[in-house]
Amino acid sequence: MRAAVLVIAALALFAPIAAGLWHSAGAALGHLPALGSVGPSLAPLQDLVTQPGFATALRLTLGTGFTATLLSLALAIALAAAITNGPARIISRVLAPFLAMPHAAMAVGLAFVLAPSGWIARALAPVFGWARPPDLASVNDAFGAALILGLVIKETPFLLLVILAALTQIPLRAHIHTAQSLGYGIGAIWAKVIVPQLWPLIRLPVYVVLIYNLSVIDMALILGPSNPPTAAVFIARMFSSPDLAQIMPASAGAILLGLLAVASIAALWGGARAIARFGPIWVRRGGRGAPLNTLFFGTAMLGGALLLLGAAAMVSLALWSLAWRWPWPMLLPESLSFAAWARALGDFGPELAMTALIALASTAISLVLAVAWLETQTPSRREALIYLPLLIPQISFLFGMNMMLLQFGAQGNIGAVIWAHLLFVFPYMMIALTGPWRGLDPRYAHAAASLGAGRLRQLWAVKLPLLLTPICAAMAIGVAVSVAQYLPTLFLGAGRIGTLTTEAVTLASSSDRRITGVVTSLQTTLPFAAYLLAFVIPKLAHKNRSALQGAAA
Amino acid sequence: MKRLITAAALATGLATPALADWQATLDAARGQTVYWNAWGGDARTNDFIAWASAQLEADYGVRIEQVKLTDTAEAVSRVISEKAAGQDTGGSVDMIWINGPNFLAMKDQGLLHGPFVADLPNAKYLDLSPTSPNSVDFTTPVDGLESPWRLAKFVFTYDSARVAAPPASMAEFATWAAANPGRVTHPNPSDFMGATFLKQALIELAPDAAALQSPVTDAAFETATAPLWAWYDSLRPNLWRGGAAFPENQSVQDQLLNDGEIDISLSFDPASAAAGIAQGLLPETTRVFVPKGGSLGNVSFVAIPYNAAHIDGAKVVANFLLDPATQAHMQNIEVLGSYSVLDPAKLDDAAKAAFAALPSAPALPKLEDLGATLAEPHASWMTRLAEEWAKRYTK
Repeated sequence: MRAAVLVIAALALFAPIAAGLWHSAGAALGHLPALGSVGPSLAPLQDLVTQPGFATALRLTLGTGFTATLLSLALAIALAAAITNGPARIISRVLAPFLAMPHAAMAVGLAFVLAPSGWIARALAPVFGWARPPDLASVNDAFGAALILGLVIKETPFLLLVILAALTQIPLRAHIHTAQSLGYGIGAIWAKVIVPQLWPLIRLPVYVVLIYNLSVIDMALILGPSNPPTAAVFIARMFSSPDLAQIMPASAGAILLGLLAVASIAALWGGARAIARFGPIWVRRGGRGAPLNTLFFGTAMLGGALLLLGAAAMVSLALWSLAWRWPWPMLLPESLSFAAWARALGDFGPELAMTALIALASTAISLVLAVAWLETQTPSRREALIYLPLLIPQISFLFGMNMMLLQFGAQGNIGAVIWAHLLFVFPYMMIALTGPWRGLDPRYAHAAASLGAGRLRQLWAVKLPLLLTPICAAMAIGVAVSVAQYLPTLFLGAGRIGTLTTEAVTLASSSDRRITGVVTSLQTTLPFAAYLLAFVIPKLAHKNRSALQGAAA
Repeated sequence: MKRLITAAALATGLATPALADWQATLDAARGQTVYWNAWGGDARTNDFIAWASAQLEADYGVRIEQVKLTDTAEAVSRVISEKAAGQDTGGSVDMIWINGPNFLAMKDQGLLHGPFVADLPNAKYLDLSPTSPNSVDFTTPVDGLESPWRLAKFVFTYDSARVAAPPASMAEFATWAAANPGRVTHPNPSDFMGATFLKQALIELAPDAAALQSPVTDAAFETATAPLWAWYDSLRPNLWRGGAAFPENQSVQDQLLNDGEIDISLSFDPASAAAGIAQGLLPETTRVFVPKGGSLGNVSFVAIPYNAAHIDGAKVVANFLLDPATQAHMQNIEVLGSYSVLDPAKLDDAAKAAFAALPSAPALPKLEDLGATLAEPHASWMTRLAEEWAKRYTK
C-alpha cells in the first residue's frame, strides 16, 4: 500500500515535471530538432544574456520578488499578532475574497485605483486642480513598486491564513501569558518567542510565495515595469516571438529562472539560519522592547491599509462591470448598463461549467491522493518532493511538458488539463492538510482500534469527521488554485479548453475593464462559494460539537 | 483593368473541373469542426466568428471553434511543438489568422498546407495579380498558402475635444509632442502595433523608401534608419511618462485615450474609432486621421497548418470569408467595420448594392480621407527595427 501510493504519486507528479525540465533544458542548450537545430551549444544562453535590458530584468525580478515576499511575511505576522491579540479579529473573517480573487483580476482593479487617471487621482483632482491626469508613473513604474504592492496585497492574506493555521500548533496563550508576566510587550513576545517557533511551520509556504513572486507573469504584465519588464515576462515575450529561433534563448531563460529560484530559496534558508544563529544574542540581552510594540502596531496598520486598497480594487471592478462610460475625472460611472453582464451570461456558460468541472475533478483526485499519502507515509525529507511543482517556476517546465504530452498524443483534452492542475492543486492541499492531519491526537484512532475498527473504518468513522474542517478548507484552497491556473490550462489544453481564467487573461489583453469586471466577478465567485461552503459545512455538521467548532481557525 | 477581367473570366472558365473538386471538399467538410486560432482580444471579432460559425453550420454543416489567442505566435509554436513530436497529421490547429512575420516563419519552416487559395470558388472576386496586396504579404510572396479575409490600414485616432489640430505628418509628431508633452505615446515595439508606429515613421523619413522592399542588410539599415533615430530622440523625451514606459499593446493605449491620459492612439482598423465609440470604449469625440503622405496597409489572411486535422473544413471557412455577402456583413460598422478585401470591379450588381447600403457613423472616415496605402517593408525590417529600438532604449 505504502509503496503503491509512492509510485502513483511519482508517476503523476514528478514524471511530468522531470520530463518537462528535460525538454526545456534540451532547447536551452540549442537542441530543437523541429527547427533543425542540434545541440548542445551555449549559443542560446549567450543570445539571452546579450538581449538589451536582460540584466535589468533579472535585477527587477530579484528586487520585486524578495521585497514583496519579505514585506508580505512581515505584514502577515504583524496582522496575526493583532488578530490573536483581539482588536483585529474581524480581518480573519474577510480573508476569503482576497484569497478567492485571482491575481490577474486584482491587478486590473489595482491598476485602475492607482493609475494617474484612476480612482485615487480622481479624488485628488479637485484638490490639486488637475484638468488632465498627471503624467506620473504610479503604475508600471521602473522600480516595480506597483507590482510589489499588488503581490503583497495578494500574498499577505495567504500567509496570514497559513500563520493562523500554524498557530494552533503552538501553545500561544501560555507563552504570551508567561512572557507578559515577565514584562515583555506584545511586539517583543512575537519577535522573540512566537516567530522562532512559527518559522519552521510556515517556511514552506513562504518559499512557495517567493517562487511565485519571482515567476509571476499576469500581474507583472499589468502592474510591472514595461521596458524592460521582469525576467519572467521577458522570457514569456521571447516564447511568443514570431521569430521561432527565439524558443531556444527563451528556454535558456526558463532554465535560468529555475536555477534562480533554487538559489533564492537557498538564500532565504541561509538568511533564516543566520538569524537563528545570531538572533539569540539579541534575545539574551533581555530588552522588553517598547519600540517593537510600535513597530508591530505600525506594520499591522500598514497591512490593514493595503487590504483596504485591495478592497477598493475589488469594488472598482464590480462597479466597472456595471458601467457603460466612466471617463476622467468622474468618481462614479457616468452611465450604467447591464450590457456586459447580459453578454457574459449568454457567452460564458460553457467556460463556467468547464472551470467548475476541472476544479472539482482536480480537487477530488487531489483529496484522495492526499488522504492516501497522509495515511500511508510517515513524515520524511522525501516529502519535500511533493512541493516541487510549487518550487519551480511554471514557465521552466511547461513548454517541455507540453512536448512530452504531444508524444503520447494526449494534448488538448480535458484529462491532460486536469492532470496539469493536479500538479498544483495537490501540493497546496497538502500544505493545508498535513499539519492538522499529523496533529490529530493518535488516541482517537487507538480507541477506535481497541473497539475493533479496521484502518478504513478508523479513517471513515473517526478521522474524517474529526478533520472535516481542515478537509473543507483544503478543498476550498484546491478549487481556488485550480480556477486561477492560466499557463497550464493554455499549454496543455492546446487553447481548446476554455476556462474563465483563460477568457479573463485574453480579455485583459483587450483591456475592456467592463468585461474584465464581469469575468473576474464570475471567476471570483467559484472559489468564494467554495470558501463559503468550507466555512458553513463544518458549522452545520458539528452543530452539537462545541469543541470541534472552536477548531475552525 | 480590362485585361484583368478577361483573365478572371478565363480563370472561371477553366475552373470547371475544380468545381467538381470543390463539391468533394464540401462533402468531406460536412460535420467537421474547424479550430480557428485567432487573436481573441477583440469582442467584435469574436462575435463575428461566432456568427460565421452559425451561418456555416446551417449552410455547410461546418462549425468553427475559435481558439482565442493573446498572440498569434502561440498557434505557430503549437504547430512547431507538434512537428517536434512527430505529429504530422491530425494536428490541433486547423486555421490561423495570420500575416507578416508569423506567415514568413511558417512558410520558411514548411509548416503550411497548400497552395489552396486558387481552388476556392470565391477567389474569383479577388485581385490576385502578382503585385496585389493579396499576393504579397509584407513583401513575402503568398504563393496561395494563405487566403485574405480582412483589410488593415494604419490610422491614428485622437480626441477632437482635446486636440484641435493633430500632427499632419510623422515628422510633425516631434514638434506636436514638444508643445503637448506627455500626451502621446506608442505601444512597446515588441508588440506589432508599436513596431508599426516605427515603420510608418521609417517610410516617411527614410532617404529612399524603395530600399525597404528588399530584405534588410546592415548597410541599408544604417542609411535608412539614421533620420528615424534622430527624429525619435527628439520625440521621446516628450512622450507619455517621459518615454520610459510604453503601453503593452493597442488596446491598452486605447484605454489611456479613454482615460484621458493621452490624446492620440493608433489602430490598424479605420473603423475602430466608430466601433470604440459605439461600445463605450472611446470618447464620443474620437476621430480618425492619417499622415498626409498616406499610411501603411496590409491584408489579414487565414492559413492552414500542414498537419491540420480538418483541412477541408478550413477551406470551406476560408471560402465563406470571401463571399461578397460575408464581406459586406464584415464591413458593416455595426458588425466589424473592417474594409473588404474584394476587388470592387469584380463584384456583380447585387453585391455592389449590398456594400452601398451599409450604414455610416460620424467617426467613420470616408475611403478618400484615408489617403494612399503605403506598402509594408520586407518583414525582416520590422524584426530589425524592434531589436534596434530595444538596443537603444531598453537599459
